[in-house]
Amino acid sequence: MTVAGKIAPEHPAEVRRPAPRPGFRDRLARWDVKVSPYLYVAPFFIVFGIVGLFPLLYTAYVSLFHWKAGDDDPDFIGLDNFKELFADAQFWHALENTVSIFLLSSVPQLIIAVGLAALLTTGIRGATGWRVGVLLPYAASLVALGIIFANLFGPKYGLVNGLLQTVGLSPVDWQANRLASHVAIAIMVNWRWTGYNALIVLAAMQAIPRELHEAALIDGAGPARRFRHITLPLLKPTLIFVTITSTIGGLQIFTEPKLFDAMPGSNNGGSTHQFQTVTLYLYQTAFENFDLGYASAIAWLLFLIIVLIALVNYLLTGRLARTPGRKK
Amino acid sequence: MTALTVAACGGDSGGDGVPAAAGPNEHVDLTLATFTEFGYEALIPEYERLHPNITITHRKTGQGGPYAQDMMTKLAAGSGLADVQAVEEGHLSDILDKSSKFNDLTKIGPADAGADRWLPWKYDAGKDKNGKLIGYGTDIGPDAMCYRKDLFAAAGLPTDPDAVKSLFAGWDSYFDAGAQYVTKTGGKAWFDSAAQNFNAIVNQLPVGYLDTGDKLTVETNQGIKDAWTKVTGAVAKGESAKLTAFSNEWNSGFKQNAFATKVCPAWMLGVIKEQAGPENAGKWAVTAAFPGGGGNWGGSYLTVPTQSKHPREAAELAAWLTAPEQQIKAFEAKGNFPSQVKALQSPTLLNSTDAYFGGAKVGELFAEQAKKVTKAQYKGPNDGQIQENVAAPALQAVEQGTSAADGWSQFVAGAKKLTR
Repeated sequence: MTVAGKIAPEHPAEVRRPAPRPGFRDRLARWDVKVSPYLYVAPFFIVFGIVGLFPLLYTAYVSLFHWKAGDDDPDFIGLDNFKELFADAQFWHALENTVSIFLLSSVPQLIIAVGLAALLTTGIRGATGWRVGVLLPYAASLVALGIIFANLFGPKYGLVNGLLQTVGLSPVDWQANRLASHVAIAIMVNWRWTGYNALIVLAAMQAIPRELHEAALIDGAGPARRFRHITLPLLKPTLIFVTITSTIGGLQIFTEPKLFDAMPGSNNGGSTHQFQTVTLYLYQTAFENFDLGYASAIAWLLFLIIVLIALVNYLLTGRLARTPGRKK
Repeated sequence: MTALTVAACGGDSGGDGVPAAAGPNEHVDLTLATFTEFGYEALIPEYERLHPNITITHRKTGQGGPYAQDMMTKLAAGSGLADVQAVEEGHLSDILDKSSKFNDLTKIGPADAGADRWLPWKYDAGKDKNGKLIGYGTDIGPDAMCYRKDLFAAAGLPTDPDAVKSLFAGWDSYFDAGAQYVTKTGGKAWFDSAAQNFNAIVNQLPVGYLDTGDKLTVETNQGIKDAWTKVTGAVAKGESAKLTAFSNEWNSGFKQNAFATKVCPAWMLGVIKEQAGPENAGKWAVTAAFPGGGGNWGGSYLTVPTQSKHPREAAELAAWLTAPEQQIKAFEAKGNFPSQVKALQSPTLLNSTDAYFGGAKVGELFAEQAKKVTKAQYKGPNDGQIQENVAAPALQAVEQGTSAADGWSQFVAGAKKLTR
């Protein structure tokens, strides 16, 4: 604290003789303290109310109707859309696809991201160049990437099958086979997001105090042991953050499967919907078949599923983030 | 009520809910929305010169798919559509289903834009169930057959455009010739994809996916079942190159000589030129024959939505743009094949040739094909989606190894779900 700080009273209002009645300025100050914070945070809530909450509630309303775009008076059908949705094999098929693509992308992506970050923290030459290089795929246009990857995975004239054939393997029909299509899409996702996640993990790694490593080094711990027992435990909160963000992104995956379809502009996700994700199905229902009521029901079910998974994530986070030492 | 009083009171005319025409000196801003290439770039300034009180804003969209989505959304929202809104044939059924949101052009359009201007099937397809005309026809896509002369020669088939006509007389002879071709070439494909042929066959049927009561016919319509059997039979014989139309692989297929024949609406010539490239010039040919007679694939309409504030001026513009003289200019600019009887007799059209296709008189050829189409098949709501999102993927699944029977169940189930 500075000298001026010591001389100046900490709370001028307490030192001053209390006024018989609070003046306008005082009242203004009190109001300022009480109301201003709400005003400062209000813009977010207003914008959220308009573009988030209202659509959410309106979607719930629309989901109770048999509502085709342009209908003059849609029929109220209550929860029939949801009843139908629960029995809709295509929806569950799409959900399976989504989860499968999500697992195929997130798991390897996080493992590679941690490995990449570990490599980037070692004293390599030109560290900044490498770090920028890792982030570059993320900066590229998603649509351009989708088109390029869809070309690479072309069943007849694609580069990947060309390479497979030159090394003597049989070509894969990347679009026809369900698992192959999921792998191809996951590769697209991984290529784009691994570097992004690696940089977040890298930032967290660099925040780990050097002393811990030095102490472990003196105790004779090798690099692998230090990584397992110091780096990984301290990275936990960051890893949880990265997991949650990629879960949300993974459940909403849309562009990659859309552009992967051989039929341009198609939302089918392959001939038998083998790689149609939930958002793709939602988009097709709403904007290709113009079945707005049913699409709203899909949107709400997807919303509930995401909330459920977020809740599970939250519970798991609570358990994992508690370090053993602080356990009561 | 006379036109004069209409203009004078400036309100509603004759109680039909359509705003009256603007006075001759009143300035009118019109918007015109089109997709891909309509060839109107030079025509718009010309129209503005002829009508000094009218300013036209032309909104061009690159692709038909997103354009149609945007249009349906604006239609549902009740605002945002252009005064003159172009609609592609494939999306027309969705619009006809909502015909109350469009003006009846027989009521507000100029007298010279009568039924006799167009080929009857083109004109009729622009009418809704109750006979209300909601669109003026622009271009059409009369079907012919394109084929590779060099690949035909290598397989010992005739190559001259007149000599090959017998191969393309009917779908049976077409698929039989394909089976022959596959055997003689040791397994090379005859056509590009099953869905392209299936669409063409279904389009020729008297009743399509939906009957005039908008009931789904796929389970009871023998014609559709027969088309399915024929096409999947050809797939089983190895006649399909299994390339999804307009995909990147399909584009590559043109360069890689992946197939020998191609269902060829008039506009497909441009696609072939672009995709097969100059190195294949002279190898492709086109002949005035199409299995099962004539057919049409593609083409558009100009509509005037009820959202328009100047429907009469908009209808006049749409009528002018679809007049034979203007359609010939659009044909010269972008090759859009006209649908007007007089335009089809125009020497400009009849004398047009295409060097890429061996100097064939393509204008005359497609004009002849256009006249082979007898009547417009009724298209119910979701017709386009059944074709694109149900039939085409189911046929692709068959090409990828699903049995024809399983593919058929997928098709029927999908069509039912879409029209529930």
